[in-house]
Amino acid sequence: MTTSIKKLPDFEQVLSGNGACGGCPSTMALRIVGKALGPNAIMLLTPSCAVASMGMTPKLAYNWPCINVTFATAGSSASGITHALEIMKEKGRLQGELPTVFSWVGDGGTYDIGFQALSAAAERNDNMIHFCYNNEAYSNTGVQRSGATPRGSFTTTTPTGKRQPKKNMTRLMLEHNIPYVATATVAYPGDLYDKVIKAKSIPGMKYIEILAPCYLGWQFDMPETVKMSRMAVRSGAWLLWEAENGRISFNSPSSLIISGKREAEPVNEYVMRQGRFTRLFKSAAAESRIAEMQADIDCEIAFMRERAKITT
Amino acid sequence: MKSVTKAYQPISWPTKGAGGDTGSWRTHRPVVDSHICNKCQLCWVYCPEAVIERHEITIDYRYCKGCGVCAVECPTGAISMEKEE
Ligand SMILES: Cc1ncc(C[n+]2csc(CCOP(=O)(O)OP(=O)(O)O)c2C)c(N)n1
Ligand code: SF4
Ligand code: SF4
Ligand code: SF4
Ligand SMILES: [Mg+2]
Repeated sequence: MTTSIKKLPDFEQVLSGNGACGGCPSTMALRIVGKALGPNAIMLLTPSCAVASMGMTPKLAYNWPCINVTFATAGSSASGITHALEIMKEKGRLQGELPTVFSWVGDGGTYDIGFQALSAAAERNDNMIHFCYNNEAYSNTGVQRSGATPRGSFTTTTPTGKRQPKKNMTRLMLEHNIPYVATATVAYPGDLYDKVIKAKSIPGMKYIEILAPCYLGWQFDMPETVKMSRMAVRSGAWLLWEAENGRISFNSPSSLIISGKREAEPVNEYVMRQGRFTRLFKSAAAESRIAEMQADIDCEIAFMRERAKITT
Repeated sequence: MKSVTKAYQPISWPTKGAGGDTGSWRTHRPVVDSHICNKCQLCWVYCPEAVIERHEITIDYRYCKGCGVCAVECPTGAISMEKEE
């Protein structure tokens, strides 16, 4: 059973009055992650909205020791820290439970610029949790396309809508054969909380990707962050699943879509609410390009349904 | 760890209001009607700013950014967004 909202702990690791936009999905998600991780953790960040949201020196909005590292190095920096902690423990310089080492990184810092270091850390199975809060663009610098930007989306570097499908990062991490991979999104906080609690208890490399609908980049109304997240899941554009040692299971409501008990909602309703796609609707090729987007979603659902039958 | 001194290191410390008094960003203010509210805590869990007290459902307006997420997610319609003066 998913943990109910009323059972989530009281303490806050993300402090009020931070620098994020109103309705920010990154701080929304990090708040829940914080409740699962607790204070005994070390946070790494690469350049992103999450860094801009930390606030101004000498104040800090996150209640952990935080280290801002260069864009490409979340994986390698977290490896260094986690090994250092283990050695300090061995030498008796650290007592008690070791802090959880986690990275809080955008899609730019995960899919693209930080991919090599993350892949290497995964291959070494170093003990950390890498979180990717995926707002499907380089938001902090004014919304440029990333490997996570879906087909059809407008960004400042794809003025006529991105032509290519997004890179499938969660599947790439799955195929690294690490102990734990999971997806989540802000509309389902209990699901996210449980996944982080689980990840925290597993040694080795854990990867959790959180879909983070950003009103600024996606161009919807600010109060609708959670609504957009829910629509992404209901349309199948975002699937909730987790894989423990390569064994995939789907979480509600994605499990219903996968098993065929519930139809995925058509992608139209989801994309129609987002300004980043509306240019498509006005173009002559609107129909075929929306069909392409629907096909990407259908293909992923079909693929994951079959992929889950394989256990390695 | 104690040896790190605030005076000589460019180090930041966890503090509320690290982005300023973010309540001043608000154009609209969420107002809770306690007669309608059923204390489900959904607004509390979704508030990105951690400004809602989960039991009394009161809001810290010093930092509430007025994003309106709480009002959209409230299942009973207990939260209305009122224009700031
Ligand atoms: C090597 C390097 N290239 C570019 C930048 C500029 N930069 C800062 S934040 C950012 C966007 C980060 O995108 P993402 O990781 O998706 O996080 P988001 O801003 O979307 O939260 C960029 C390009 C940088 N700081 N370092
Ligand atoms: S641009 Fe988007 S992700 Fe970045 S701080 Fe604003 S709402 Fe959050
Ligand atoms: S308007 Fe936004 S910041 Fe203010 S209480 Fe509601 S959800 Fe929180
Ligand atoms: S979401 Fe609405 S009903 Fe639920 S606790 Fe908040 S104000 Fe009350
Ligand atoms: Mg991003």
